[in-house]
Amino acid sequence: MNAHQQPTGSAYFISPETAKVESHTLSVLVTNEPGVLARVIGLFSGRGYNIESLTVSETEHESHLSRITIVTNGTPTVLEQIKAQLERIVPVHRVVDLTVRAGQLGQERPIEREVALIKVAGTGESRAEVLRLADAFQAKVVDATVGHFIFEITGKSSKIDQFVAVVKPLGLIEVCRTGIAAMNRGAQGM
Amino acid sequence: MTDTTDNGNRMTGAEIVLRALKDNGVEHLFGYPGGAVLPIYDEIFQQDDIQHILVRHEQGAGHAAEGYARSTGKVGVMLVTSGPGATNAVTPLQDALMDSIPLVCLTGQVPTTLIGSDAFQEADTVGITRPCTKHNWLVKDVNQLAGVIHEAFRIAQTGRPGPVVVDIPKDVQFATGTYVPPSEAQASKSYTPKIEGDLKAIEAAVELMATARRPILYTGGGVINAGPEASKLLRELVELTDFPITSTLMGLGAYPASGKNWLGMLGMHGSYEANMAMHDCDVMVCVGARFDDRITGRLNAFSPNSRKVHIDIDPSSINKNVRVDIPIIGDVGHVLDDMVRLWRALPKKPEKAQTSEWHASIETWRARKSFSYKNSNDVIMPQYALERLAEATKGRDTYITTEVGQHQMWAAQFFGFEEPNHWMTSGGLGTMGYGLPAALGVQVAHPEALVIDIAGDASIQMCIQEMSCAIQHNLPVKIFILNNQYMGMVRQWQQLLHGNRLSNSYTEAMPDFVKLAEAYGAVGIYCDDPRELDDKIAEMIAVDKPVIFDCRVANLANCFPMIPSGKAHNEMLLPDEASDEAVATAIDAKGRQLV
Repeated sequence: MNAHQQPTGSAYFISPETAKVESHTLSVLVTNEPGVLARVIGLFSGRGYNIESLTVSETEHESHLSRITIVTNGTPTVLEQIKAQLERIVPVHRVVDLTVRAGQLGQERPIEREVALIKVAGTGESRAEVLRLADAFQAKVVDATVGHFIFEITGKSSKIDQFVAVVKPLGLIEVCRTGIAAMNRGAQGM
Repeated sequence: MTDTTDNGNRMTGAEIVLRALKDNGVEHLFGYPGGAVLPIYDEIFQQDDIQHILVRHEQGAGHAAEGYARSTGKVGVMLVTSGPGATNAVTPLQDALMDSIPLVCLTGQVPTTLIGSDAFQEADTVGITRPCTKHNWLVKDVNQLAGVIHEAFRIAQTGRPGPVVVDIPKDVQFATGTYVPPSEAQASKSYTPKIEGDLKAIEAAVELMATARRPILYTGGGVINAGPEASKLLRELVELTDFPITSTLMGLGAYPASGKNWLGMLGMHGSYEANMAMHDCDVMVCVGARFDDRITGRLNAFSPNSRKVHIDIDPSSINKNVRVDIPIIGDVGHVLDDMVRLWRALPKKPEKAQTSEWHASIETWRARKSFSYKNSNDVIMPQYALERLAEATKGRDTYITTEVGQHQMWAAQFFGFEEPNHWMTSGGLGTMGYGLPAALGVQVAHPEALVIDIAGDASIQMCIQEMSCAIQHNLPVKIFILNNQYMGMVRQWQQLLHGNRLSNSYTEAMPDFVKLAEAYGAVGIYCDDPRELDDKIAEMIAVDKPVIFDCRVANLANCFPMIPSGKAHNEMLLPDEASDEAVATAIDAKGRQLV
């Protein structure tokens, strides 16, 4: 028997995945009702999909709509399946793969932003250095004593990663990040 | 409440439940009482419109409701209490989810004020049932109860059907609120299943079908779910196109087994001709099936040279396991209607000669007689028993349910279903214990029909307590046990995969099924002689009471043909080739890791 065919044999779908894994950002519009987030998260864990980032908040109070932004990864087939499975959830109104949409619009990625609060403690020279760095990263001081700062920083995730990395040796105490908020460029809505 | 105006729409939560069920056309309810549903049971006691069938275990209520639903096309309804009542319902809920059975499950819950306090018989029912339902609700406000129940019925039976749970705290059942009739209930805007297929896609499919030299129709449970009209259209389509047709386990009966284009069931234990035709076809039209792993065998060798059309109401079924060329999202009935119309309107129908070679190949495969077995004069062969059973029930309105295992596959291979909705089996989940309660549900819906649960000696013991239910409600179901004293399918796999080390698959301490039947007040029949089989079967059918038929069959018979794990459709193990050696080496090391 053909040796390279043998190992993939399956009553179940376990043939090795050769397609490339991509990271995509999905926007999911849902009815804001109890349990809806659990349905979405349960779908991901139950079917073995990954969540890199998840953000949720009510966006239209009058019509009880919330928008969930999920960054996930998978092969194109899996990503297509994730979208179809999300659309099957009863309180889900719409699912848009922002990354795919950006591609259709001739753009590299959708606009993706994250907010972080970053607490740094220290005195003396390191304190001055932290302030200089914060200025360079356009991080805002939102709380301070003589012993610490809390910075608010907004930007791409990579920018926040970088800021966290540079202040780490200067007395980083804690970090809180919101996860990604995203939408496509241009005049059209999701 | 002090509201005593004689406004007919003011009532308690429990009254709302009964009224909502009635307004949704419910006539039968399968359930089991308990503390958290007592107010609803009190209402059941005080009315005659809805008949309650008392089961002996909540799992039985669920499967009975499934059998009821599958044999009628209506929604099955079950009612259970909180905590253990709800957790016992999980198996049938998942079963209904995988086989797309419309099921409304009402569960009692501890009072809202106690939720989260680890109260007696409290469980997070909506949390537990979230992944095994199409949707579920916890109703905390009595004024929303009616609307939620109506929505539950709508969601259960539209689109791809499935189970839903409505969890009702006890204080909500006592509270007084306003009843809203179904016509005034608010439907969720986010749930809008697509029923009509895209006409362009259907046109493309018909064009492709007209060019096929080696076509095949591969149909599934979606045809049954789309209603009897869909089966009629399917038959018409076969008649018009002369395409050979095969079906999944769930779709049996949509096209008659006696039809000339019928190839038999496909898949792991399907016929040689069906699987070979699936492998070699050039155009495959999948109608309401989902390319399940039992069907496809090794995916990268699945029908390698065909262009595929897939009709399914669930968009997530498309391209899930197998990539298709023409997806058509919509209700099978609507799509088939368009397909038949468009085929009739074809300017030039394909010549008969276009497919004549194909039909000849199929006849060659058919001649292998892949379901053949060696009969015996001394012991009853299980296949023979089913052939005789099928023969004895010919011309009667017969409904068959099964448990799960070898007997289930033999029933699918040998019974020969002529009509939709007459075959109830647990396909996706493979739930042992399904058959007896499902048979009860069928018998409730069809009191005059002959309802037979084809069972195995192991499976039947998983829900045997429902014998009590059969007796109490005068449901004369016939339980035909193919008793080989083993968990036959487990034993077969141990023989194939694990060096015939029969770990825990032999049933020691088998009950005396005849005495067991009698203990319940039913009739027991024993048969171990092929010469007596026909008479005993006739006796079973003649009895107007539940019967347990203990049919002793050859202990070590294997279910063939079989696509061993990890093999493709054209690598089937046929009965005449299944020597001990072939069986021992049928599955390689990698296939052994699979199920």
